[in-house]
Amino acid sequence: MGNHSDGSPNHSGTVATAGQNEVEKFQDPGIPPHRLRLADTDPRAAKRAERQVALLFGASVVGTLIFLVAYFAIDLGADSSIATIRLQNTLLGIGTAFAMLGIGTGIVHWAKALMPDHEVSEERHAIRTEEDRQAAVRIVDDIVEETGIKRRPLIRNTLLGAVALAPLPALAVFGDLGPRPDKKLAHTMWAPVDGKTKRLTRDPDGTPIKAADVTIGSAFHVIPEGLNELEEGKLNEKAKSVVLLMRLNPESLNPSPGREDWGYNGIVAYSKICTHVGCPVALYEQQTHHLLCPCHQSTFDLTQECKVIFGPASRPLPQLPIAVDDEGYLYATSDFKEPVGPSYWERDEHERNINS
Amino acid sequence: MSATSTADTPTFVAKTKGGRITDFVDQRVGGSGILREFGRKVFPDHWSFMFGEVALYSFVILLLSGTFLTFFFDPSMAETHYHGSYLPLKNVEMSVAYNSSLNISFDVRGGLFMRQVHHWSALLFVASIAVHMLRVFFTGAFRKPREMNWVVGSVLLILAMAAGFTGYSLPDDLLSGNGLRIIDGVIKSIPVVGTYISFFLFGGEFPGTAIIGRLYMLHILLVPALILLMIAVHLFMVVVHKHTQYPGPGRNDGNVVGYPLGPVYAAKAGGFFFIVFGVIALMAGFFTINPIWNYGPYDPSPVSAGTQPDWYIGFVDGALRLMPGTFGDWHVEQVWFGQVFSFNVLLPALVPAGILFTVMFAYPWIERWITKDDREHHVLDRPRNAPTRTAIGVAGFIWYCVMWAAAGSDLIATHFHVALNDVTYWLRALFFIGPILGFIVAKRVALALQRKDREIALHGRETGRIVRLPHGEFIEVHAPLDEYKRYKLVGFESPSPIPAQPNEHGVVDRKEKRRALLSKWFFEDRVAPATPAELAAAHGHHGAHEAIDATADQKTLSH
Repeated sequence: MGNHSDGSPNHSGTVATAGQNEVEKFQDPGIPPHRLRLADTDPRAAKRAERQVALLFGASVVGTLIFLVAYFAIDLGADSSIATIRLQNTLLGIGTAFAMLGIGTGIVHWAKALMPDHEVSEERHAIRTEEDRQAAVRIVDDIVEETGIKRRPLIRNTLLGAVALAPLPALAVFGDLGPRPDKKLAHTMWAPVDGKTKRLTRDPDGTPIKAADVTIGSAFHVIPEGLNELEEGKLNEKAKSVVLLMRLNPESLNPSPGREDWGYNGIVAYSKICTHVGCPVALYEQQTHHLLCPCHQSTFDLTQECKVIFGPASRPLPQLPIAVDDEGYLYATSDFKEPVGPSYWERDEHERNINS
Repeated sequence: MSATSTADTPTFVAKTKGGRITDFVDQRVGGSGILREFGRKVFPDHWSFMFGEVALYSFVILLLSGTFLTFFFDPSMAETHYHGSYLPLKNVEMSVAYNSSLNISFDVRGGLFMRQVHHWSALLFVASIAVHMLRVFFTGAFRKPREMNWVVGSVLLILAMAAGFTGYSLPDDLLSGNGLRIIDGVIKSIPVVGTYISFFLFGGEFPGTAIIGRLYMLHILLVPALILLMIAVHLFMVVVHKHTQYPGPGRNDGNVVGYPLGPVYAAKAGGFFFIVFGVIALMAGFFTINPIWNYGPYDPSPVSAGTQPDWYIGFVDGALRLMPGTFGDWHVEQVWFGQVFSFNVLLPALVPAGILFTVMFAYPWIERWITKDDREHHVLDRPRNAPTRTAIGVAGFIWYCVMWAAAGSDLIATHFHVALNDVTYWLRALFFIGPILGFIVAKRVALALQRKDREIALHGRETGRIVRLPHGEFIEVHAPLDEYKRYKLVGFESPSPIPAQPNEHGVVDRKEKRRALLSKWFFEDRVAPATPAELAAAHGHHGAHEAIDATADQKTLSH
């Protein structure tokens, strides 16, 4: 097997090292013979390829022109419509695509058809010599030895301690990235201020809602009275206080003890912020009385006080206790009796504080 | 070194203009050594080597288009009212960031195009990294000496996802705002420090007024700088190691077979940049991506159905969807010692991604430990020739895909008119069963392909020519392979399991026993490459109908 007659230049290392039973293996025949391309043998084919490359470069020039024309000829005035913008966008895309693909395909065609395509073999060199390798290991050992770090554990341990603590200031300077959470997550705008309760108003215009407007089967997206007038932190407050208001047949609601007077005549209000990771639970299925979160499909059953019946949420949606005032408008008798939105470490503690 | 002095080189005078320029530069800054090393360096060529190039080029396009966008984008969350040319949002209250994103889309000429180029290339950037890594994994290119470059590449994947996510959130539209809301919910589920991290990140309660500015800084400075650094390290190591090559005649671990860098390879790779750019431009011109004007400004109350994150975040979102929050009346979220443990969020957000990335980072060392293979590998494995590795890769890939598909569970339900809950139940089952099935099937397919290779190497390829023998039997004529094609099918290693070996004290410890078990699992199903003896035997036994070459159909057929 050893004297393969084709005079292969590659006395292969792979084959030899692959297995112990070298004899059993096929010999590497070496790089296959080079096959000439049409353009290598036929001058007319080469000329044709040359013209094709030039044509592709020409197409690129056309693309650049298309881009410039689309950019300057289409003006985005104050009255430009979506259609104009779309047209311009498409033309800019076509122009750039032609400009770039022309150059790219031209070069690649040039390389493939006309540049030498003879595969060559190059030796790989070891990344380092065996001598260097041993020297490097020895140097590292010597350096470590000369520091004496292994013999003097006191130095080593105090150094480790110091290095471990040194980054603490770097962490501390980030301490003012935000305020402390305190109990901010436990309260919402629904809490009565100086004994004055808040009416339920429509999202987004803020008009109050009469109990009589809420017909059976209807659902309202609700924000607290005064939210739109906030100067600061409007979105922060809104992110906690948005509520879904729905009316069912009073018989189909099954309030648990202590929550009988949280609704009014079948009208109930629940936090719209999902207890999973906080998306708005925006979909109300009127027939089944299910609330569905479109982000992760947590499903809450309105007839069971928004208990989770499907999906990744683990807690029911918090209910907002509501009543009707003298003028017939709905208002919140108090804040939520538990923190709204996604769970957090201190949540249970906050809930206990609210209820004590 | 002293060659820079002109006095030392009076004899050599460059004759061409290009040569004179090269000489001019070289005499002032040196570099002839580098040019000599790289100018004709040989690079192997294969279509699958292009994925890494696509990633590099889309990153360049990201830098170009992103720089343009920064000239017009204002990352402020201050409130403003829209007065631009998109009428449906006239006078709507929104953040300055969203306002400036709308202005880029509608009032800056070419701005929409740039936004679309930027977003499409971001999607392509992460996708090409992922496909490149699959290529590297399935061909075993991560083996010694390239383990560290595999790690650098994995870091690049994470950085690319970070770059994508921070950028995705910048326009402050409804869709990305809900994405941030989910991130906030996930962060809050972290025990002990979650609430604090959330308040620090958002500068107070969600959404606050700080997050866009902070993400902007990360997106245009920190993350791209890290990516650039990692790309530099990555490419440096490619140069140090030289590129791997596919197995084939003339190729071995001691050489590189391919085209010289200049001119062919440089032309092909350089030209390919323009092709990538052109394809992205086509997509940006024809396919709308992230039409933020349809979503409206971020508002915590509304949300649109069928919301989707960008594709690379999908697998985490899908895992969040798959996790049940309750088992009957038992809540996955637990209150222990008065503190909340939101396992329904924490587990799916951290565990699958954690497992995927840990195994990804550690895999080169895991395989090295199991196989005790400490040799350098420069010739790639064809995936079929490493059946167990291929099966592991497919199992991981399917696991990822199940989670990824789960991120679109609602769209699957609406498009195929099936119940959303059923889709979730099926995907929950597939989350556990899918990788196992994938492993088994991939391994069997790989072994079957190896057998097929053996078959072809020993009996030749099917010619499609049916011949009727004198006694009436029909056979298909097989044509023998030439030795180059045959070598491609037989020139691979098929290691057998390495039994437990005693250590220096002559003891087989428990760890070594475990390794031996894994080694058995890794290598026990194997198809050995065909040998010359087998070929000779095959010809001897029933050489009649395969030793015929395609033209020799007059040859007598005896059977």
